Amino acid sequence: MIKIWSMKKNEEAAAKAKPKTTAAQIRVQKDLTELELPDTMKTHFPDPTDLLNFELTITPDEGMYKNATFPFTVAISSNYPHQAPKVRCTKKIYHPNLDLEGNVCLNILREDWKPVLSLQSVMVGLQYLFLEPNPDDPLNKEAAEDLRRDRATFARNVATSLKGGSVRGEKYDKMI
Amino acid sequence: MPDRSAILSALVPTVTRPATRAAYIKLAPEHKYVDVDRVLGVPGPFTDEAFQGGEAAKQFLRGSCKVLVIGAGGLGCEILQNLALMGFNDIHVIDMDTIDISNLNRQFLFRESDVGKSKAVVAAAFVMNRVPGVKVTPYHGKIQDHNEAYYQQFQLVVCGLDSIEARRWINATLVQMVDPEDADTMKPLIDGGTEGFKGQARVILPTITSCYECSIDMLTPPTTYPICTIANTPRMPEHCIEWASVLEWPKEFKDKKLDNDDPDHIEWLYKKALSRANEFNIEGVTWALTQGVVKNIIPAIASTNAIIAASCCNEAFKIATTSNPYLDNYMMYTGNDSLYTFTFEHGKRPECPVCGGETIEFEVERDVKFERVLEMLTERQDMQIKKPSLSGPKGPLFFQAPKQLYEATKGNLEKEIGEVLQDGDQVNVTDRALPFTLTLKIKFTK
Repeated sequence: MIKIWSMKKNEEAAAKAKPKTTAAQIRVQKDLTELELPDTMKTHFPDPTDLLNFELTITPDEGMYKNATFPFTVAISSNYPHQAPKVRCTKKIYHPNLDLEGNVCLNILREDWKPVLSLQSVMVGLQYLFLEPNPDDPLNKEAAEDLRRDRATFARNVATSLKGGSVRGEKYDKMI
Repeated sequence: MPDRSAILSALVPTVTRPATRAAYIKLAPEHKYVDVDRVLGVPGPFTDEAFQGGEAAKQFLRGSCKVLVIGAGGLGCEILQNLALMGFNDIHVIDMDTIDISNLNRQFLFRESDVGKSKAVVAAAFVMNRVPGVKVTPYHGKIQDHNEAYYQQFQLVVCGLDSIEARRWINATLVQMVDPEDADTMKPLIDGGTEGFKGQARVILPTITSCYECSIDMLTPPTTYPICTIANTPRMPEHCIEWASVLEWPKEFKDKKLDNDDPDHIEWLYKKALSRANEFNIEGVTWALTQGVVKNIIPAIASTNAIIAASCCNEAFKIATTSNPYLDNYMMYTGNDSLYTFTFEHGKRPECPVCGGETIEFEVERDVKFERVLEMLTERQDMQIKKPSLSGPKGPLFFQAPKQLYEATKGNLEKEIGEVLQDGDQVNVTDRALPFTLTLKIKFTK
């Protein structure tokens, strides 16, 4: 390799410190501009120059959570796609896979995340939680128990909670 | 070939010949490279055709070659020691960390009295004191503090890092620095890494061989546990610690960010995790494990560091002197069950966002409408671009989707390119038809 180097030093090599796009940003640009979201999902960027932090709303058009709009924040680290995006629901919702603080139990956000997955997969995965709540991975144990015991009661509880009512003594945010 | 003792006795009278090599070098410092010189003196069976042996290589190594070591931790200490003893005389070292008492078992350039001081500063002073004639310039801070001009001054970069993020940054920086017209701008990057009994050493020739980003998919993602297990059915001490850090901390401290390096924060997590462990009859939550889980620490093994650092420095030496062929380009090492190494050429990934894709010099008049630039892209037969999205140094320039970003950026289409970009700016183009990213280097014509 010595042969490709000249022996002289090249210290004053002029180079302006220009802001450069990181690999994470380029990947996010690709993910975002190629999103194919159904009408049930919308993104909102509080700062349109910051692609790494945005809001996502999901308005399911079927299932027990139909017609309510669920807001999430998505935070992507500069280590994306090595690290999964961080997703949090900003409202208090009665759902077996969401806790009262808005944490989400979705395998591809944690233990099953892989760099080949994209923002599209995350969003589709989130929407799926509203179509098929999963009582086997509970974050809200009461909700999971209700769903397991009796689907009809659970559906009534969902309806109550979405109107801002209380279920098992816990008051939920009004979503409809 | 005479053995070393024969050379030594020829150089120093037997009566005064000291027992140890260190003592010998003190006595006759001009002969400290006696071993290395046997490799550099004459060409061998594997040396490059261009290598003649003799003074030129020695002078380059000991005189004008400036090498940057990133990281002065477990690997960094070994690397600094090796490079200094091999004859690299102008070494710079960057590390943002300070010395912790738990480092002392393997980071042998530090002593108990150094705890709390800068790793880079202490390591540099130690090496300079121990190896006369070597200049080690420390920098206590982040690699991101420096710009391209700083990195241009080196011929070689050797990394002993524990952070993927830092590796991605330096890799991308070195790839972007390459000017195809000027070979000096290509800085070989030698990257070492260890995790317990496993390790790897690789040689990255920016833009020529595969880069760090090319292999990012191979990395094991950080260990995480299903959040529902953490919340409901903890079985392991790690589950309790994650419960405390992922779920309880944000609940208790709302907007205060958890600082992994703050002992008070770790203490809080430890107590929380311990009470939960007691509740579920789980054993094994300790302060050290808490810190380990939160910081994602994998036990460091001194011997693994020594092996990987030796391999890295060997490559640095071979590249700097052309005395032997260098690693092409990836060596993995496993010491879990006996010993295993495997060397292979990691291929370049065409869709790599750092070194893949293509860069085109895009010559355009300053007053051309930005909309026209998009048309010029889609007109290119070789690219098959249909709906390009573009971003520049300040963020999105024109995005096809999502809707809000399309609305926010479509105004740029009407502007002249000179209003939204400057001469020399880089523009990243993505398109569904492009498996990779396309970079445009904007050059304004009169």
